[in-house]
Amino acid sequence: MNTTNRGTPLVEMRDISIAFGGIKAVDHVTVDLYPGEVVGLLGHNGAGKSTLIKCLSGAYQADAGDIFINGEKVEIKDPRDARAQNIETIYQTLALADNLDAASNLFLGRELVNSFGFVDETKMEAETRKIMGRLNPNFRKFNVPVSALSGGQRQSVAIARAVYFNAKILIMDEPTAALGPHETQMVSELIQELKAQGLGIFLIEHDIHNVMKLCDRAVVMKNGQRVGTVNVNEVTDDDILGMIIAGKKPAQAV
Amino acid sequence: MTDINQNPQAAGKEEGPIGRFLRATEIDPRLIGMVGALLLIWIGFHVYAELFLGGGTFLTPRNLWNLSVQTASIGIMATGMVLVIITRNIDLSVGSIVGVTGMYMGLLQVEWLPQYLGLGHPAIWIITVIFGIVLGALIGALQGSMIAYLSIPAFIVTLGGLLIWRGVAFLAADGRTISPVDETFALIGGGPFGAIGATGSWILAAIASAGVIWMIVRGRGNRRKHGFPLRPMWAEYFMAGLGVGLIAVATWVVNAYPWPKGILKQYYEGLGQEVPEDAFISHGYAYPVIILVVVAILMTVLMTRTRFGRYVFAIGGNPEAAALSGINTRAMTVKIFTLMGALAGLAGVIGSARLNSATNALGDLDELYVIAAAVVGGTSLAGGVGTIYGAIIGALVLVSLQTGMVLIGFGDGSYRKIVIGAALVLAVYLDILYRKRLK
Repeated sequence: MNTTNRGTPLVEMRDISIAFGGIKAVDHVTVDLYPGEVVGLLGHNGAGKSTLIKCLSGAYQADAGDIFINGEKVEIKDPRDARAQNIETIYQTLALADNLDAASNLFLGRELVNSFGFVDETKMEAETRKIMGRLNPNFRKFNVPVSALSGGQRQSVAIARAVYFNAKILIMDEPTAALGPHETQMVSELIQELKAQGLGIFLIEHDIHNVMKLCDRAVVMKNGQRVGTVNVNEVTDDDILGMIIAGKKPAQAV
Repeated sequence: MTDINQNPQAAGKEEGPIGRFLRATEIDPRLIGMVGALLLIWIGFHVYAELFLGGGTFLTPRNLWNLSVQTASIGIMATGMVLVIITRNIDLSVGSIVGVTGMYMGLLQVEWLPQYLGLGHPAIWIITVIFGIVLGALIGALQGSMIAYLSIPAFIVTLGGLLIWRGVAFLAADGRTISPVDETFALIGGGPFGAIGATGSWILAAIASAGVIWMIVRGRGNRRKHGFPLRPMWAEYFMAGLGVGLIAVATWVVNAYPWPKGILKQYYEGLGQEVPEDAFISHGYAYPVIILVVVAILMTVLMTRTRFGRYVFAIGGNPEAAALSGINTRAMTVKIFTLMGALAGLAGVIGSARLNSATNALGDLDELYVIAAAVVGGTSLAGGVGTIYGAIIGALVLVSLQTGMVLIGFGDGSYRKIVIGAALVLAVYLDILYRKRLK
């Protein structure tokens, strides 16, 4: 897919820098994301992908640089700000409270309350049953802590949390890392479905085959800097591997 | 994203009648364990006294009534300690907060306020109670802020607090004991006049029973509305019967404990009458016990029905996830410690009222009993797990051990400490075993 000149990007992170104790984790990186697009973020461990994306999800605050959503500059100071911009994140660690059940995790920080201001547990469970019925119809364990769930089930809770609240921008940090082949396939299908609905997705991914299959564009990072951005259908997987390993920028890259 | 589709009927065949019973009634097995342990302790002390001392003294209305009053202060603080421990913190300063709030409340109601309002003014006790709770809350807020925003570990901040506030309590009146306190204030501590009597107790029991039934009916209606599986009818009736039965028994016990002769004489003298031959005036529920129950209900609602409670559990389960979900974990820490401080202030009210005086030693070592009560009641020091009712049963267990040892003649501190220490370690070990089996 050709992604040049498609009007205003959904997200633009411009010239983002963040340092931890003198180490430049992210060094003047610019990335953008359009509606209905999947942009892969690639690079070695420690390349700065997760750190960059945490500036968008509100977990970190960039030292320098600006974030634009639909062309408008926004301040994202904490995860609450990010959620207010319809940015949802599925963290690599899933960020689930293990001692709580699926519904409590799904609505964590955004609990449904009744007219007295009390948490409406039954309503939340009912909503959870609905969304899980769509994402993972086999899911039955609604009344146990998520610590009792399998890796795939936990993943589906984390995904349901991102999807339920009508995200426009979705950040997925290695969503298939802990999953078996069948579950990976389901996540792939979900990504295609969400993409078709017009969401923009940042996908942090190590598996080059998944990148080639799922992403429209790929941003490669190395040592906190952006090596280059390529349209996935214009390059081979060897080109991308060359970017990741050697920092070698192919001719097609920008 | 597969799921092991558990067939509930297949599971039902494997479990015995006890398992089926627990599943149907949804009673936490650990609750049964705690209540069982409590009953064992009660019966144990009673039987021991029966066999070796020539008469059981534990399971008497008088002792059980005293037990309820003595549990109030520890129990109230234990409900707050549950929140502190669930969020992976600790508060070692609560005993000293009891002391310092008790002292300043003593000064306020005995030496300061009467100067302006006159001795025995009806507003004195109200101002004093509010002052004590607010003072406790402020101390808690200060400590909580240091933990949350200066990142000093709670253990250190509150260990410092333990020493500091005890020192302040001494300096408040240069070590003097302030006595007696305001007459109305003293009623909050319990005692024959600090209880609501037989009629009041039965009215309270009726209201509480109605509440239990209302909750069961409403819970069932809620489940039906959303199409969730319902408990079998017999289980609903059983729960209602159990709740109402317990309330009735407790009420009967507190009403079976009459005023002693001296108090009767004092009372009838006040009326200008002779004491009748068959005079029997029940104590009924003591004020501190009613306060404990109200605190327990409010805290349970807070923990299970509000966002605040959700966040407490979430922070305990995974602090990072809680923060990423947009929960302001630092503000939560401050609020939790503020609440703990306020409850310690309330315990200071009850403690000094019960003693009818303010001393700087009030609440000494309470922090250990409060933490022990929460832990014996199933609150996990690893965080994320704990219940309010558990903490109160835990407080009952500890206070029962304490008074039981006194009743059977081991009242001098050393044996008592050994038994309570051993009970604490045993309780936590049993809890670990239970959790392991669960996995």
